[in-house]
Amino acid sequence: MLGTLLDFVIAAMLVTGGAFALLGSIGLAKFGDFYRRLHGPTKATTLGVGSALIASALWFSTRGAGVSLHELLITLFLVLTAPVSAQQLARAARRRDATARQDDAG
Amino acid sequence: MIEVAANLAIGMLALAMLLAAFRLWRGPDVLDRVLALDTLYIDALALLVVLGVRMNDAVYFEAALLIGLLGFVGTVALARYLLRGDIID
Amino acid sequence: MNRLLPWPLLSLVLWLTWLGLNNTVHPAHLALGAGIAVLLPLAIGRFLPELPRLGHPLVMLRLLVTVLGDIVVANLQVARRILGPESALKSAFVLVPLDLRHPLGIATLAGIVTLTPGTVSADLSDDGGSLLVHALHVDDEARLVRTIKQRYEAPLRAIFP
Repeated sequence: MLGTLLDFVIAAMLVTGGAFALLGSIGLAKFGDFYRRLHGPTKATTLGVGSALIASALWFSTRGAGVSLHELLITLFLVLTAPVSAQQLARAARRRDATARQDDAG
Repeated sequence: MIEVAANLAIGMLALAMLLAAFRLWRGPDVLDRVLALDTLYIDALALLVVLGVRMNDAVYFEAALLIGLLGFVGTVALARYLLRGDIID
Repeated sequence: MNRLLPWPLLSLVLWLTWLGLNNTVHPAHLALGAGIAVLLPLAIGRFLPELPRLGHPLVMLRLLVTVLGDIVVANLQVARRILGPESALKSAFVLVPLDLRHPLGIATLAGIVTLTPGTVSADLSDDGGSLLVHALHVDDEARLVRTIKQRYEAPLRAIFP
């Protein structure tokens, strides 16, 4: 009974993860403006990869080989790095736009 | 049930990577391509994690960890290069 | 304590990272990880910045729970926006004036803003006085600023004095 419930949670997490990663990419492919597209990967990172990692941690923790916690490591690492890449990209884009405006004016 | 769910997730992630690849091909700007690469590596990481569950093999995880580490460095290095024309300042 | 472990928190994180990378709690790895956790900070200590004295573990925990909850809720909202027509979106850059002064606190706030979908922190003004946030869809800019300040900045000000 408990096993079935756990399987259900893992299955739900896997599908959620895939769905949100897909949504992030749909945003990336669909939107017409760079800053809007920037929102896609942050979504994919947070809920998408997050859910997949929770599913993986639950799965390997219940296979009898002891608790599997190294998924936490990736989660932590992504949480620390995703905002940095997004912000660097946004800054580079703003710089590009500013240069383009100057070129237009000059 | 988990097998079906994992297959479904793998399909969605593959589609997500195709869409990111479309943006990589289409551009229009260098920054869009860097962003597409960023998305591509995050999706690949998720795909490896799901594959690890599907194949019940923890080895996939090591690859996911490596992609996570290298992808970030790549994105930031590219973004900084585009921002300043130099990576280290 | 202070001579051997000048950065106790860093040592703890290093130890846990080692155990996480090897995904084990085998005694040999416990010992090896502890050795690394003690020696590495001693070796690189000169290059580390002074860490602030962090307080209020309860506030930290509450902020963590708030952020995790917001990530789920905001993801669902943004999912609808992505699937809906793009013409219905009202994207905008919003300037959030900061009362937070600690650099680490500002970095944490910027990270939280980016991780909660729908908003991405794009830049920090040169004087560090305001954060430029890009919102995928915003009806009321003043309310967005208020939300960010009350939900995230206020607890961070308590944590980073």
